[in-house]
Amino acid sequence: MLSPQDAGALWVTFKLALISTAILLVLCTPLAWWLAHTRWRGKTLIEALVMLPLVLPPTVLGFYLLILLGPRGWVGGTLESLGFNHLAFSFSGLVIGSMIYSLPFVMQPLTAAFQATSGRMLEVAATLRASPLDRFFSVAMPLARRGFLTAAVLSFAHTLGEFGVIIMLGGNIPGRTQVASIAIYDHVEAMDYASAHTLSLILVVLSFALLVAVYGLNRKFKVVGIG
Amino acid sequence: MQNETTQTELLTQTELQARFYVEHGDFTLDVEFSIPSYGVTALFGRSGSGKTTILRCLAGLERLDGSRLRLGDEVWQDAERFVPVHQRALGYVFQEASLFPHLSVRGNLLYGYQRVATAERSVTFDETVALLGLENLLERYPDKLSGGQRQRVSIGRALLTSPRLLLMDEPLAALDDTSKAEILPWLERLHESLSIPLVYVSHSIDEVARLADHMLLLENGRVLAQGPLQEMLTRPDLPLARSGNASTVLNATLVDQDAQHHLSVLECGGERLLVSRQNASPGQRLRVRVTARDVAIALRPPAGSSVSNCLAAQVESISDDPQPCHVLVGLAFGDQKLIARIARHAHEQLGLTPGMPVYALVNIALSCSEASWRSSGLSHTPNCQHRKLSAPDILASY
Repeated sequence: MLSPQDAGALWVTFKLALISTAILLVLCTPLAWWLAHTRWRGKTLIEALVMLPLVLPPTVLGFYLLILLGPRGWVGGTLESLGFNHLAFSFSGLVIGSMIYSLPFVMQPLTAAFQATSGRMLEVAATLRASPLDRFFSVAMPLARRGFLTAAVLSFAHTLGEFGVIIMLGGNIPGRTQVASIAIYDHVEAMDYASAHTLSLILVVLSFALLVAVYGLNRKFKVVGIG
Repeated sequence: MQNETTQTELLTQTELQARFYVEHGDFTLDVEFSIPSYGVTALFGRSGSGKTTILRCLAGLERLDGSRLRLGDEVWQDAERFVPVHQRALGYVFQEASLFPHLSVRGNLLYGYQRVATAERSVTFDETVALLGLENLLERYPDKLSGGQRQRVSIGRALLTSPRLLLMDEPLAALDDTSKAEILPWLERLHESLSIPLVYVSHSIDEVARLADHMLLLENGRVLAQGPLQEMLTRPDLPLARSGNASTVLNATLVDQDAQHHLSVLECGGERLLVSRQNASPGQRLRVRVTARDVAIALRPPAGSSVSNCLAAQVESISDDPQPCHVLVGLAFGDQKLIARIARHAHEQLGLTPGMPVYALVNIALSCSEASWRSSGLSHTPNCQHRKLSAPDILASY
């Protein structure tokens, strides 16, 4: 059966996926809106930067993050001088790493969804007395909900399978920073195939169930609202 | 008498005054106009004449520098100010209904309604739903509605914001003929019960003839002429009177029904007018459309003729028709105007000159529609009795 350590790894994995997805959605919504509508020329730079984590090997990303968030790093050092702990080998550090790692998977669908929303709908809302912020929440966001759903699913799933960034940044501390993918790797290295099987199967079943639920929801949306 | 004072006050209170100017490539928009505080004003012109741009400027969807806009005592735009769209008390009906797909009909209708302070609401939800016949559609989603139904919902949605100005951008242009025929009576009914100015953009003279009270004629970004509908339709110097299906609109009152002959008797400019039977009650105002080529002129009332209407009129003007074999004769009787397109040789035979008394002969195959509320004065109670029109020819496209 599942050892307490493996259960802990699963818990850390889901907590990490959930938290980083939630924060990403909140932060990326205004950024994606801006990218979808700005005519600023420097936009290309931002777009390239956002897509960079998709191209880089996770180890490269993890390496730079380790340096940046560690005790001597720019971020970690500043935190230490302020009386906080640095972020290497901590759960907070993992959240930051996952967010950067999954950034393109949230930005892409959100930007595309906002671009596809016709300006006409927002004009209509304006003639119906909705302020710009009101228009965003009552029209732009509901019309982009499929984009939000896709972004959330991709980000969550991508973080579940994260390995390289975490092994560089997290230090594999059981119960705190050890995630399921790394626990499986450890079991295999230790020739404990039974444990590796259990953990893998749980991941497969849970991921599948999640996707089924999400696509079911997506279909329901389709029937009610936008085709 | 008191009624008239109120009307004048109302006019000065809510009259709309606008001046828009922009140069955009080879297109220049340079217009200055005012719109009366009542009734339907048609912005009429070909595509590219600047109609839609003007409407978007009125709404504040487009911002042109060097423009001015005032509705009654409220300045919406001048050198210093620009009131954003959502702070203007206006309703806008777009060419495509543009309903929010994520909301039901009820949700769409309530969207603007809920964003207007309770104290500023001048219409109720139920009233508007009843006015536009939306009772059975409330729980449906926009993708389950026909084109005409969608446009009705979007009109209702705009009305529910209690606007002081209603703007419509070719609301029928995207509809097929069946949907058009379905929605026109609703627009007429709306026209009848509306107490705010409605600016209606159209390039269909048929819609304009049925709905408008005033007309702003646009050409290449400039105002060619503006005035009351009847005057604009009959002015021989304007392209309207010179077009092939030139016509005018008479304001008439139903006097009596002649059930035996399937006729309605109307009073119009002091004359009696017989038309095909209209489903209206005595005292009701009707609008009668008369095509110029259907009007003949005689010097004496013809004896033994099949023509049912013979109106004592006076020749006002004689002008050339684009067809050299025809002339256009402007006629007046009482406070009403007509135009007749007659053969040039007939004109010479009759020796028509301005001021000459003649008889205008008009057959009964006329198109009638409900007149606006304002033609019978402000005291008129909106008559919400809806009826179908027996006038298929009025829907033919221009």
